Amino acid sequence: MAEHMLIPGLLALASPYPALSATPLGSSPVQTALLVGGAVAVASAMVGLFTVVRGQSFAGHALGDVGTAGGSVSYLFGLDVLVGFVGIALITAALMDLFGIDREEGRDVATGGVLGSMLGVGALLLYLDSTLPGSSGSAMVILFGSLFSIPGAAVPFAIMLSLLVAGGVGLLFRPLLLDSVNSDLARASGIRRRVVGRMYLLLLALGIALSSLTIGAILSTALLVGPAAAAAVLFRRPLHAFLAAVAVSVLSVWAGIFLSYYSYYWPPYGHGWPVSFFVVAIIFATYLGARGYCQTLGRRTGSIPGPLPTLDRGPL
Amino acid sequence: MSDLIAAQPGNTGEVLSLDGVTVWLSGRTVLDDVSFSLHQGQLAGLIGSNGAGKTTILRVILGLQSVASGLVNIRPGFRPGKPGGIGYVPQKVVIGKDVPLRARDLVGLGLDGARAGFPFPSRAKRLAADQMLEAVGMTGFANARVGSLSGGELQRVLIAHSLVSKPSLLLLDEPLANLDIASEQDVVALLSRLCREQEIAVLVTAHDVNPLLSVMDRVIYVARGNVASGTTGEVIRQDVLSALYGHHVDVLRVHNRILVVAEAGLEPQSGDTERQFGAQGDSGAPGEAGSTGPDANG
Ligand SMILES: Nc1ncnc2c1ncn2[C@@H]1O[C@H](COP(=O)(O)OP(=O)(O)OP(=O)(O)O)[C@@H](O)[C@H]1O
Ligand SMILES: [Mg+2]
Repeated sequence: MAEHMLIPGLLALASPYPALSATPLGSSPVQTALLVGGAVAVASAMVGLFTVVRGQSFAGHALGDVGTAGGSVSYLFGLDVLVGFVGIALITAALMDLFGIDREEGRDVATGGVLGSMLGVGALLLYLDSTLPGSSGSAMVILFGSLFSIPGAAVPFAIMLSLLVAGGVGLLFRPLLLDSVNSDLARASGIRRRVVGRMYLLLLALGIALSSLTIGAILSTALLVGPAAAAAVLFRRPLHAFLAAVAVSVLSVWAGIFLSYYSYYWPPYGHGWPVSFFVVAIIFATYLGARGYCQTLGRRTGSIPGPLPTLDRGPL
Repeated sequence: MSDLIAAQPGNTGEVLSLDGVTVWLSGRTVLDDVSFSLHQGQLAGLIGSNGAGKTTILRVILGLQSVASGLVNIRPGFRPGKPGGIGYVPQKVVIGKDVPLRARDLVGLGLDGARAGFPFPSRAKRLAADQMLEAVGMTGFANARVGSLSGGELQRVLIAHSLVSKPSLLLLDEPLANLDIASEQDVVALLSRLCREQEIAVLVTAHDVNPLLSVMDRVIYVARGNVASGTTGEVIRQDVLSALYGHHVDVLRVHNRILVVAEAGLEPQSGDTERQFGAQGDSGAPGEAGSTGPDANG
């Protein structure tokens, strides 16, 4: 068996790396994928929890979709694909802010307007990419991710960015939680919600860019909100939901990497299945499982143990 | 119970005053030269019909709404979210069913929501939150998701959330709107107790003056962006309210209830607004609205 045939999935299309070992953990691209994928999974799950609570999945999805334009620009100029994802996400986030995403009314209109105009540019750039010599795999990488073909030089950047996002969310956790639950309550508590809202948008943009690197621009929202949505169904405490979201996210990405590695031996032989497929499938199954579990075992919205409580009129 | 909210010892006098406050929104004058004041330990009702400007007044006090002219004086040291600061319960709070947040967590956020970092559990926080939930009769719901609470239950949890930071001024926007009559009386009694025992100044908006009649120290009547303030005896009079509304209104006292009624077509101002409008199609007799009185007093 030729050495490169051990390389799963998209690696066969886009990677300069040869596979070093017949076991996944001994393979350098797999090690890199596990490391970067894990870091990204933590960061995007942390942002995603607030995306779910704020009901801003659409904004997240829009940021992912426009990532196609950023990724394409990277290829045109020979830059790292993550640079393009980050750049375009930041520009789009700034535009969304300008068009008033912070107001609850008109939020989707602001998002939709920016998304529509940016997607046109993205399609053009993607087309131009595909006409470039030697960039046959670029569209695949942009749309479906490139965990197995991250150039060594880009690894520290991706990890640093993940740490930055995770740290930012950690720092903002309480004000962001209160603001996400209800912005009036946040303001009444003295939280500067303009600041918090913009910081969140920045973290969302970075989280989506990282997620795009892992499972591609189109599917990036799934990694962002999927684990958090499942966790929010299962757990009633913010801290528990947060830990569960991170766990689901990391485990899904890692499982996706291993499955993708082994899928090389599955039909159609010689072409591994993409990581993004497995990751999204696992996350979706987890979410469905969580919903089903709560509907059958727990009550409506996370079980309240014992008999239903009643209003206690005593102390009043 | 009396140690729940920090009193401000030796600090009597004015907590809040608005002086000639005018607010424009989208070219409309929503508040026009509004002046009133509130003293420590007073419970004031901010009464007016839909769109009168009640919420706008609260937003001005909180600093969420800028004013075109006029002054808002809040006693120095009052800052939202700080002990001795301002507590606020918004009129409408919608929280999604799947939001991972228990009633206890929401009350806890009233204590430390503005601080950086994770909401790690602590004994002190849990105790303070549970004490507050007990004060509003919601002990049994401490572990329930806030998104699953009924309107009235959420209202109580929000009151606990606003009280847990031990404010000196409490602003409540329509706290009675979601409540059945028994709960309405519970909450009114709770607010009255806070005023008496903890010397908190409480400003409550309502469209109906009646549930608050027995506990209000002051009433601030709002109509068309103007206010008339004073004791209920000074304000809820035919001449004062007629001047405020700009047309003749009658003030009727039926079964210990006050009904403010106007001629058909003009704005009636009491809390029975909707019911009176409903009745007008049939007979238009203002007395009919009084039939809602007895059960409310039961
Ligand atoms: N952003 C805005 N732009 C224009 N008009 C506004 C705006 N916000 C509020 N208003 C108007 O200001 C007036 C006062 O509104 P406000 O919310 O203070 O009324 P309210 O007394 O609280 O009424 P309700 O009992 O229905 O809550 C209303 O006529 C409302 O339509
Ligand atoms: Mg209002």
